[in-house]
Amino acid sequence: MTKKQKRILIRIIITAVIFTALMAMKITGVFGALFFEPLELILFVIPYLLVGYDVLLKAIKNILKGQVFDENFLMTIATVAALCIKEYPEAVAVMLLYQIGELFQSYAVGKSRQSISKLMDIMPEYANLETDGILKEVDPDDVEIDNIIVIKPGEKIPLDSVVTLGESFIDTAPLTGEAVPKKVGVGSELISGCINGEGTLKAKVTKEFENSTVSRILELVENAESKKAKVENFITRFARVYTPIVTICALILALIPPIFLGDFSEWIKRGCIFLVISCPCALVISVPLGFFGGIGAASKIGVLIKGGNYLEALSDTDTFVFDKTGTLTKGEFKVSEVIPQNTDKDSLLALAALAEGFSNHPIASSIKKAYSKPVDTSKITSFEELTGLGVHAEIDGKDIYLGNAKLMKSKGIDFEESANYGTAVYIAQNDAFLGTVIISDALKENAISAVKDLCTLGTKDLIMLTGDRQKAAKEVADKLNIKKVYSELLPQDKLSIVDTLIKESTGKKVAFAGDGINDAPVLALSDVGIAMGSMGSDAAIEAADIVIMDDDLTKIPVAVKLAKKVMRIVKENIAFALLVKFMVMILGVLGLANMWLAVFADVGVAILAILNSMRTLKLTKD
Amino acid sequence: MKKKFKMENLECANCAAKMEDLIKKIPGVNDASVSFLSQKLTLDADEDKLDEILAKAQKACSKIESDCKIIL
Repeated sequence: MTKKQKRILIRIIITAVIFTALMAMKITGVFGALFFEPLELILFVIPYLLVGYDVLLKAIKNILKGQVFDENFLMTIATVAALCIKEYPEAVAVMLLYQIGELFQSYAVGKSRQSISKLMDIMPEYANLETDGILKEVDPDDVEIDNIIVIKPGEKIPLDSVVTLGESFIDTAPLTGEAVPKKVGVGSELISGCINGEGTLKAKVTKEFENSTVSRILELVENAESKKAKVENFITRFARVYTPIVTICALILALIPPIFLGDFSEWIKRGCIFLVISCPCALVISVPLGFFGGIGAASKIGVLIKGGNYLEALSDTDTFVFDKTGTLTKGEFKVSEVIPQNTDKDSLLALAALAEGFSNHPIASSIKKAYSKPVDTSKITSFEELTGLGVHAEIDGKDIYLGNAKLMKSKGIDFEESANYGTAVYIAQNDAFLGTVIISDALKENAISAVKDLCTLGTKDLIMLTGDRQKAAKEVADKLNIKKVYSELLPQDKLSIVDTLIKESTGKKVAFAGDGINDAPVLALSDVGIAMGSMGSDAAIEAADIVIMDDDLTKIPVAVKLAKKVMRIVKENIAFALLVKFMVMILGVLGLANMWLAVFADVGVAILAILNSMRTLKLTKD
Repeated sequence: MKKKFKMENLECANCAAKMEDLIKKIPGVNDASVSFLSQKLTLDADEDKLDEILAKAQKACSKIESDCKIIL
C-alpha cells in the first residue's frame, strides 16, 4: 500500500467509527437532545468533511478549470444535495463508501499492475563487461557490438551474444515458458532475457541492447496496450456519452416530476442516485485490465500478443492456415526409411554414408547423421558431384552411384521407383541396384495434438499450404487430419490464397501460422499472423501479430483458449456493469433504490469487475 | 519521433482517456496514448517542438487531475 492509500485508509477508519457512533446514538435515542437542527447537521458534517474533503476540493478545482463531468464533482453534488434535503446519514455513508471503493480500486489496480510487471521481469539490470581482462558491471545500454561480456551462474543474459568460452545450461523459461534448460557451448547463440545455469560463460555481443531480444520483447508488450480491441474503443466512446446523458437524466429527474407531483426532496434524492452511478469507471478500468492481464499471462508461456485487437481477433478466428515446412514439420531432413535390395539395411546405409563422404549437400548430411559412425574417407578413390542428379564415388574399385531416379535412368540401372513420402535416394553398385534411402521432413511431435485441439475449439477450416510436391503434402495432411491442402505453391500463391480466404470469410477471422522466415508477407496480410519459433528472429517478430517464441505448436490452441476466456471475462464485465447500473437507475426512478445501493452500483461493481479481470492474469497458470 | 514518459498520480482511468484526447489535439502531436495501467504517456510528436508540446501536455493533464505529473 502506498503512503497515500494508507492516509485514506486511516481517514476511512476514523470516519467509520464516528459515523457508527452517531448512528447508534440517533437510533437508540440516547443523547436525543443532540439530534435537532442545526446541531445534527454539524455533527454529521464532521465525519463527512473528514472523509470527503479532498473530493470536495478536487471538485471545486475542476469546476474552476471547466471540467464538469468529473467523478469528484458528481459525488460532491450528490452528497451536498443529500445534506440539503436533510438526509445526513446518507450523505456521510455515500462519501464513506465512495472512498472505500476508490481505495480498494486503486489497490487492486496497483496489485495487478505489479503482477503484470512481474510477469515481464526479464529486463537485465547490468552486464559484466570485460575490457583488458578486467570485469566491470555496466549498464547493458553501454555495451557495444563485439564487446566481450561475462555471464556468471544464475545471471540474466543481458544482450544477444555468442559464447566464446565455457559451457552451461540456459533457462529459456522467462521467454518461452519452456521448462527444460538448453545446453550451450562455444559458438552457441545466447538470447538476452534467458537465465544462465551453473556454468560461467564468456560471450561476444552480437546486438546492441536496444536491438537485443529482451528489449524488443519488452517494447512489444508495452506497445501492446496501444493497439486497442474494438470493444475497448467502444467502451471509451460509450464512456464519453454515458456520463453526460446520465447527469442530464439526473437533472431532469430532480426538477421535472416535482413540478407536477410535488415532493421536491424525494425527487432530488432520486436524481442523486443517478449522479452517483454516472461514472463509467467499472468499464473503463476493467476492460483494458482484462486485455492487459491476458497479454501478460500469454507472455509468461512465451506467447507474445501484440495488442488487445489481436487477442480479440484470435478469439473470433475459425480458419487456421498453416505453412507446412518448418511449421507443422520440423524443417530438417532426416532418413526416415532404408529399403535394401539384395543387401541389408546397415550395410546399405554404411555404403551410402561412405559414398557421400565428401559431400556437404543437405541430403548427404542427413544420411551421414543417420549412419552416426565416422566414415573412413580414405577408402574413396575418386568422387564427383553430379549436379541435379546425385553423386558418383569409386570405392574399392567399384562405381557407386547415389542419387535420384534421373541418375539411375541415365546409367541404365534397373531400379524400383519409390512410392513413399519424402525424397528417395537410390543407390547402385556398378549397374546393380542396391536399394533406396528415403529422406523426409518429420512432423513435429505435438503437431497432431495441436491440430486436434484446434478442432475442438470451434475451428471450421484447417488449411495447409506448401511449396512441396502434392504427394508429400498429402501425406503430412493425412497424418494431421487436415482436409484442405494446397501444394506446389510459389510464395505469391500463398499470399493470394490467404487473401481469397480473408475476402470469403464472413465476419470470422483468418489466422496464418508460419515460421516467419519466408512468409512474412503472408503473416502481415492475415487477420492474425502467428510466427512460430521466432526467438531471436527480427523479421518474424516484426511481421507477426502473435509471436510464439519456441516451436511448440500446442501453444496455438492454448492461445486461442486464452483469447476466448479473456473475451468472455471482458464481456461478462460489460454485461454485469451495464445491467446493474441500468437496474439501479430504474429502481431509482421508481423510488425503490437508495443512495447505498447506488454507491454499490458505482464502486462495488467497479471492484467486482476489476477482480473478475484480474482472473486473466492467472489463465496460463496451469 | 516516438517517446515514452512516466506519469505520476494518474488516478482514474476515465481521466487518462480524457487526457489522451486533449494531448492528441495539441499541434505537432501525431499520436498520443495515456495508459492508466502502465502509468505512461506515449507521445509521437515533432521532435523540434517537443519541449513546447510537453509543456502543453502537462497543462492538459493538470486540467483533468491537478496533481498529475509527466515525469521528464
